[in-house]
Amino acid sequence: MIGFKIVKRKPLPGWARLVIPVAAIIVTLVLSAIPILIAGGNLWKSYYFLFYGALGTRYNLLETFVKASPLIFTGLGVAFAFRAKFWNIGAEGQLLAGALTATWVGINAAGAPKILLLPVFIACGFIAGGIWAAIPATLKTKLKVDDVVSTLLLNYVMIHIMGALLFGPLQQPGSSWPRSSEIVEAAKYPMLLVRSRFHLGIPLAFFAVAIIWFINDKVVFGYQSRAVGVNIKAAHFGGINTTSVILRTAIISGGLAGVAGVGELCAIQYRLIMDISPGYGYSGIVIAMLGNLHPLGVLFSSFFFSVIIVGAQTMSRMTGVPYYIAEVIQGMALMVMLVFLLLTEYKIMVIRK
Amino acid sequence: MVTVTANQPVVEMQSITKQFLDVVANRNINFNLFPKEICALLGENGAGKTTLMNILFGYYTCDKGEIFIKGKKAELSSPRDAICRGVGMIHQHFTLVPSQSVLENIIIGTEMRKSGFLDLKAAKDKLLHLQERFGLHIDPEARIWTLAIGEQQRVEILKALYRDVEILIMDEPTAVLAPSEISDLFRTLKSLVQEGKSIVFITHKLKEVIAIADRIVVLRRGEVVAERRTGDTNLRELANLMVGRDVLERISRKKIPPGEPVLEIHNLAVSNDKGLEAVKDIKLVVRKNEILGIAGVSGNGQRELAETLFGIREPQKGTIKINGITLHSGSPVSAIKLGMARIPEDRIETGLMMDLSVEENLILETHVSPDFHKRGLLNFNKIHQFSNELIEGYGIMTSGRDAVTRSLSGGNLQKVILARELSGKPTLIVASQPTRGLDVGAMEYIHQRILQEKERGAAIILISEDLDEIFILSDRIVVMYEGQIMGDVQLEEASREQIGLWISGVKK
Amino acid sequence: MIGEILNTAFITGLIGAAMRMATPIIFATLGEIINERAGILNLGIEGIMLMGAMTGFLVSITTGLLWIGVLAAALVGMILSLLMAFLTVYLGLSQHVSGLGITLFSTGLAMFIYRIHFGSPLVPPIVEPFTQVTIPLLSKIPVIGPSLFDQYALTYIAVLLIPIISIILYKTHIGLKIRTVGENPLAADNVGVNVYLTRTLCLVTGGALIGIGGSFLTLDHQNMFLIDVIGGRGWVSIAMVIFGNWDPLKGALGAFIFGFLDGLQLRLQGLGIKVPFDIFLMIPYLMTIIALVGVSRKAAVPACLLKPYRREEKGV
Repeated sequence: MIGFKIVKRKPLPGWARLVIPVAAIIVTLVLSAIPILIAGGNLWKSYYFLFYGALGTRYNLLETFVKASPLIFTGLGVAFAFRAKFWNIGAEGQLLAGALTATWVGINAAGAPKILLLPVFIACGFIAGGIWAAIPATLKTKLKVDDVVSTLLLNYVMIHIMGALLFGPLQQPGSSWPRSSEIVEAAKYPMLLVRSRFHLGIPLAFFAVAIIWFINDKVVFGYQSRAVGVNIKAAHFGGINTTSVILRTAIISGGLAGVAGVGELCAIQYRLIMDISPGYGYSGIVIAMLGNLHPLGVLFSSFFFSVIIVGAQTMSRMTGVPYYIAEVIQGMALMVMLVFLLLTEYKIMVIRK
Repeated sequence: MVTVTANQPVVEMQSITKQFLDVVANRNINFNLFPKEICALLGENGAGKTTLMNILFGYYTCDKGEIFIKGKKAELSSPRDAICRGVGMIHQHFTLVPSQSVLENIIIGTEMRKSGFLDLKAAKDKLLHLQERFGLHIDPEARIWTLAIGEQQRVEILKALYRDVEILIMDEPTAVLAPSEISDLFRTLKSLVQEGKSIVFITHKLKEVIAIADRIVVLRRGEVVAERRTGDTNLRELANLMVGRDVLERISRKKIPPGEPVLEIHNLAVSNDKGLEAVKDIKLVVRKNEILGIAGVSGNGQRELAETLFGIREPQKGTIKINGITLHSGSPVSAIKLGMARIPEDRIETGLMMDLSVEENLILETHVSPDFHKRGLLNFNKIHQFSNELIEGYGIMTSGRDAVTRSLSGGNLQKVILARELSGKPTLIVASQPTRGLDVGAMEYIHQRILQEKERGAAIILISEDLDEIFILSDRIVVMYEGQIMGDVQLEEASREQIGLWISGVKK
Repeated sequence: MIGEILNTAFITGLIGAAMRMATPIIFATLGEIINERAGILNLGIEGIMLMGAMTGFLVSITTGLLWIGVLAAALVGMILSLLMAFLTVYLGLSQHVSGLGITLFSTGLAMFIYRIHFGSPLVPPIVEPFTQVTIPLLSKIPVIGPSLFDQYALTYIAVLLIPIISIILYKTHIGLKIRTVGENPLAADNVGVNVYLTRTLCLVTGGALIGIGGSFLTLDHQNMFLIDVIGGRGWVSIAMVIFGNWDPLKGALGAFIFGFLDGLQLRLQGLGIKVPFDIFLMIPYLMTIIALVGVSRKAAVPACLLKPYRREEKGV
C-alpha cells in the first residue's frame, strides 16, 4: 500500500514565493483542459480565444482593465480583513451596500457639480460598505458571533434589502422591473480613454493598492492589524486594543468593497439593478487568497481573474464551451493555490508500507 | 502468547534513528525493557526521550531501526498497532475529552458489539472491577472537566489497563502532581509491576528516578549515554550524565535589603475560565530589590493570578497597586504603563506572534511610544536600532531582526520575550514559569537576568513549579494551594519539607 | 382579516409548507452536524447542494427515474466531500478557504454541466416531480394530519433521520469515535482510532445528505433547475448547526423554524396581503443572526473544529 504523509520543510527562499502563484496559475490552466474537453471544445482554440478575448485587441485589453477594477477593490478588501483574521465573506453584501447608497445619493443629487459629487459618492460607498462590515465585526468582538457565518448571512440580508427598495421607494417610476432610475449625469465616472469603458475606477483601484500596501508596511495600524491576525491573544497581551483594530480593519475592508459597488454603478450600469454584481464579492475571496493577501498579489490575481472572465465570453462564443467555465476555473485556482501554499511550508512524502 | 523469561526483554528497540527537519531526535538508540521492571528514561528537555517512546507507541515511525515486542518483530505504524501488542502510553498532556464522561473516555475504540451500540453497563462493570483490583477509584459517570489533575491521570491509567496493556509508558507523569499525589502514583506503579506490568517512566527529575526506578537509562542529545541500576548510582552522577557537565547551579546572589513596597495586592479574588473561584482573597506585598517566589503545583490559581496582574483577566474583587497607583483591572495597557514586565507561562500562545518577525515581536509594547512613530507612521530607523541592540544585548540566536519568530529555538523565544519586557527598565517583573521546558543553558541565563534585575532595583514575582528554581532565586517564598496563600517565609527560614507540605495542602 | 389568517385550512397549509421548506435544510443541517462533530466545517455545503440539485435533476430527466436522481445527488455530494476531505483532512488546509473553494467550484460546475447538457433554452426544461405520499389513518387527524402526513417521501426520510443520527452520535461506538475525533483527535489516535478515516467517512456521509437536500429542491419543491435554486440554504444550514448547538434534534428544530417563516411568507403572499416579499425573505436570515447572538455564549462547539490533525507536527 502506498500512503503519504506531510512533513514540515525548511523555509523556502524568497523567490519561491513569487514562483508559487505563477505555478498555481499554470497548473490551474492545465486542469481547466478537463472541463473544456468535456464540453467538447478544441483545446488550443479554446485557450487561444480565452487569451485573445481578454488581451487580443485594444478594446478587449481595456475591457479586462474594466473588469479588474471591482475585483481589485473586493480582493483588496477581503485580503485586508483576512490578514487580521477577520473572516469577511461578506464583500458581496458590502459591495451592494455601497452601490445602494450611491444610487440613493445619485438619483437625488441633481445640480451638484461633478468635481464635488464624485468624492462624495465614493465616500458614501465606502462608508456604507464599511458600516455593513462593521456589523459582523461588532458581533464578533462583543458577542462572539462567528464572523464567517454572520458575514455570509448578511449578504442575503443586503440582497433582500436591495430587492425591497428596488421594488419600493427606489424603483424607477413606471417600471415594473426591479431597477432604479438613472443616476444624474454629474455622478457618472469620467471615461479616461476614448472608444472604451476605461473609467476613473481603474486608476482608483491602483491607487487603493498603493494605499493598502502603505498601510500594511508603514503605518502603526497596519502593524497592529497584522499582529491581531497572527495572534490575537498576544496582541491583546501586548496592549493593542484588539476590538478597535478588528472594527477598523472591517470598516476599511467593507469600505473597499463598497467603492467597488460605486464603480459598477457610476461607470458601468448607471442605475441600480439586482444583478449589479455577478459575484465580485465572492471572487474577491479567491483573489485575496491567490494573491497571498498581499496588495500586489491581489493586483496580479485580479488581472488573472479578469482575463478569465472577459476571455471566457469570447471563448464561449467561438467554441461553445459554456461561459460558466470561468467560475469553474476560479474555484480550481483557489484550491490549487491552497495546495501550493501548503508546499511552501510542508513537503509531501510518499511512503510505501 | 509467547512466554517471557525473566531476563528476556519484553521490548527491544534496536538502533533507532529519527530525524525531524535538521534535528536528529534519536540517533542509533538501543533500548530494552525487561518484564516487571520500572525503567526510568532520564534526560533533559529535547534529549529525545518522548520521541523514542512515541516510536514505541507507533505514534512516530522511525527512520531506521527495529522494534521487537515480546520477542516478535513489530511494525508499528500507528498507536493501534502498539495497543494490539500490549503497549500503552500516557502523554504528559493528557489526551482526554473534557466534555465526555470517564467511561466514554475509557471505552472509546475498544471492541465493538455486533450491534454497534455502546454497552455502557458491561463496560462499567469491567471498569469497576479494574478499579477494585488496582485501587484506582474514580466515578465512571463524572465528566472529565470536573476532575482534578491527579484524578485525570488515574483515568488515563485505567484507560490503558482497560486495554490490557502489559507495557505502560508514562511521560513526565509527576510534572503536574502535588507531592502527596506523587507518592500515590508511585504506590500505584509499584502495584502495577507486581501484577506483571512493565513500566517506562520518562522524567528529568533526578530524585524521582532514584525513588521509583529499578533501572535508569540516560539520554542526551538523542543518544543513550549511560545505563545504571538504581542501587549503583547517585544524584550527582546522574546529573552529570544527564547534562554532560556539573549542573549544580552556582549562582552568586547579593543580599540586598528589600526597599519600599512596589506591588500591593489586597483581597484579590479571581475566577477561572469555568467561572469557579481560582484565586481566593489573596494579600501580597512585594518590595523593591526582592524576589518573591510563588511555589505550588500548577492549577492552584497561579495562572489566574498572573493573568490578572498582566491585565488580561478581570478580577472579581480586590485591588492591585503598583508604586501606589491602582492597576486598571483587565487592561494590559495599564500594566505596561505602570512599569510591569510580564513573562507569561505560555510564551507561544500569549507571549509571541510566531509568524511575525523577531523585530515585530520586540516592538509589540513599545511601538506606540513617541520614539517609534510619528503621526501614525512607524519610524523604522529607530525601530531597527532598537531591535538590533536587543538582539545583541540578550544574545538572541537568529539570522537577523527580520527572521520569522517561528524559526527560533525555545530558549531564544524566551529571550525575545525577556528582551522586550526588560527593555523598559521595569519596576516590577511578574515571571510565570520562566524556564519551563528550556535547556539548562537557557535556564541559567534567565536566572542570571532575573537576579540582575533584582540588583538593579526591580521587585519580582517568580511563579514556578520548580522548587529548585524557587530556592535558587527567591528571597521570600509563599505557596499557592487551591487559590490561597499557604505560607510565607524568608528563604533563610524555609525548609523543603515545610514547603512540600504546604504544596500538598497541609498546614503545619 | 385576522380571522381569514387563523382559520384551520391556513394553519394546516402553513405547517405543511413549513415541513416542505424545512426538508432540504434538515438534510443539510444533519449532514453538516456529522461533518462538524468530526471536526470539519464544510463551507462547501452551498455548492454541494447546488451540484446535488443539478445532478438530481439531470439524472432524473435522463433516466426518468426520480430515485436514481436522488441517489446520483447523494453520490455527487460524496465525491465533492471526498475532495474536501483530501484538502482539509489529509493535507490539513484551511477549512474555511477549502470549503469556499469547493462551493465556488461546484457552483460553476453545476451551471457548466447544465449548460452543456441543456444549452440555454428559452423555456427551462422540467421534470415530473415526486408526488406527496399520504399516510393512511394518520393523515385523517384534524389540522396536523393533512399537514404532517401528506408529505414527500424525502420529508419523511428527513424526519426519520433526526432520531437515527442522534442515536448514532450518542449511543454507538461509531458515534463516540466521531465525537472524540472532533473534540480531541489526539485522544482518538492514542486509542487506535483512525482520525483521518473517521473524518473522511463523516465528510462523505454528511456530503451525501447535503447532496440529497439539494436534490429535494429540484425534484420535489420545484420541477426545474435555476441558478439560484439553493438561495443561501446551505449557509442557513451552517447557521442552524450553531443554533442547534451541534445537536441533531435542536438543529432540525431550527430548520423547521426557518421553514415556517419561509412558508408563512409564501402563504401571506398567496393571500394577497401587501407585504414586500423581500422583507419576509430577509427575516429568516436576520432571525438566524439574532439566534447566533443568543447561542454563541453557551456554544458547545467541538473543541477541535477547524483544527487540522497532523501526527508529527510536534516534533519540529
